[in-house]
Amino acid sequence: MCSVISILITISILWVLISETLVFFEDVSIVDFLTDTQWTPLFAEKHFGILPLLSGTLLTSFIAISVALPFGITIAIYLNEYASERFRNIIKPFLEILAAVPTVVYGFFALMIVTPVLQSFIPGLAGFNALSPGIVMGIMIIPYISSLSDDAIAAVPKSLREASYGLGASRFQTAFKVIVPSALSGIIVSIILAISRAIGETMIVAIAAGQQPRLTASPLVPIETITTYIVQVSLGDVAHNSLEYRTIFAAGMTLFVFTFIMNNLSFWLKKQYMQRYE
Amino acid sequence: MNNDTSKRLKDTLFKYFGVFCTFIGLATLAFFIGSILNDGLGRLSWDFITNLPSRIPEKAGILPALVGTLWIMVLTAIIAIPIGIGTGIFLEEYGRKNRLANLIEINITNLAGVPSIIYGLLGLELFGRIMGLGGSLLAGSLTLSLLILPIIIVSTRESLKAVSNSLREASLALGASKWYTIQHVVLPASMGGIITGIIIALSRAIGEAAPLIVIGALAYVPFLPEDPMSEFSVLPIQIFNWVSRPQKGFMINATAGIIVLLCITFIMNGIAVYLRLKTQRKSK
Repeated sequence: MCSVISILITISILWVLISETLVFFEDVSIVDFLTDTQWTPLFAEKHFGILPLLSGTLLTSFIAISVALPFGITIAIYLNEYASERFRNIIKPFLEILAAVPTVVYGFFALMIVTPVLQSFIPGLAGFNALSPGIVMGIMIIPYISSLSDDAIAAVPKSLREASYGLGASRFQTAFKVIVPSALSGIIVSIILAISRAIGETMIVAIAAGQQPRLTASPLVPIETITTYIVQVSLGDVAHNSLEYRTIFAAGMTLFVFTFIMNNLSFWLKKQYMQRYE
Repeated sequence: MNNDTSKRLKDTLFKYFGVFCTFIGLATLAFFIGSILNDGLGRLSWDFITNLPSRIPEKAGILPALVGTLWIMVLTAIIAIPIGIGTGIFLEEYGRKNRLANLIEINITNLAGVPSIIYGLLGLELFGRIMGLGGSLLAGSLTLSLLILPIIIVSTRESLKAVSNSLREASLALGASKWYTIQHVVLPASMGGIITGIIIALSRAIGEAAPLIVIGALAYVPFLPEDPMSEFSVLPIQIFNWVSRPQKGFMINATAGIIVLLCITFIMNGIAVYLRLKTQRKSK
């Protein structure tokens, strides 16, 4: 009985999102939703194009991954191939702290510390922008990438390392020509999960990225993400059963579809590489 | 430069780069926390903790939010712990390797990856509207319970998996039933790991703001919640509310609030790490 509860939760999530989204699509055409380049459900002249929210979400996530990826993977390689066992054991719980800090705190950092610092050398940077929350989110997800890549690298059989050292390769050569290629699918899993985490992140962007849905690739201007929009509507007084109320479910559905695909892709990839070394 | 020295140089350079990467995140966080302490420590006082929120920054306090956070922590624990541990035991000890088990495993992995704000939407519709709980503490705790359930289930399973089979077999050979074995042998042996998972999950729950905002938790609560049906606020929402105001005074309040929230988070995570190290040592 207990184990069925997880399936019940999934079914309820799907049911809630799908039923509200279907009612939403009775009023708004799905073509408009997917192609309109404006999102203004709270204004007098209403447009329901998800693209500006989606572009905001992808932009902040892209910046976050660009920051977290090099650091995360380097940490995983360093801890596995270079650092001592003792150092590893001490440092790993500390790295986990980065992921344990509440995101509202990171949002404060992005708005009050990182944005002013960036403004001092990027003149066109607005007070709310995608760059600063993106960078801060990147720092937050470093441990996601490092610990999952770490597992993948640790799973590479010792014999491969020894063969490489035996042929006279240095640690650096072994790491990048033998270990990383062998652990690649595991590393990709870590990246996909980190992207999924970044897409769903809410408070950092709600605090520091702004509330202006706009279809842009510029990290310097205020934008709005899907998650921020949901928070923005939830903070206001929106009547149940209104169209505005349903927009947050349609937006949530979009978010869910993206993270669902990524989570399943990573699960499938993980199964593949775990089988290879068994 | 011959091949050998260039190889060694690359090795050394990468080693330093590795150290740099390992510490850059922590150094940034330390810098952030330093500046928070610098701004907020002066504001932190007994009055700040025991006052109600106010329109005047200097008089505002966090008491309702702090009490709300404690309520949420206790209610979420009461709801999520029994279900989480129960599911973990069932899947690990009674589960067979069949298609249903496989489906449940994929499903739990998936749930762990669902963004917290989606749980907020679920809670808003299911607990808030259909069950009629509105924006109450109970609705909030139920929502957060669903959110942390996957964490508790996975960590319970990992801890049970770590118990060596010889212990189970010894107990069964002495004539104990399966349930007796789980209750008196397996669970005590895996308690450290299970509690670690629970503390980490609860610390995640009290840091969440987004799902609670979605179900309708309030930003301004000038009263103390009295029972599970009360409306409420929590520390992260109070901080968010202060951050989104323009006055400088509220920003300083936000830093002081962050110090309190971080203290709670770090203490909980500290206990979790300590318990984990202790259990690891014992199992060696």
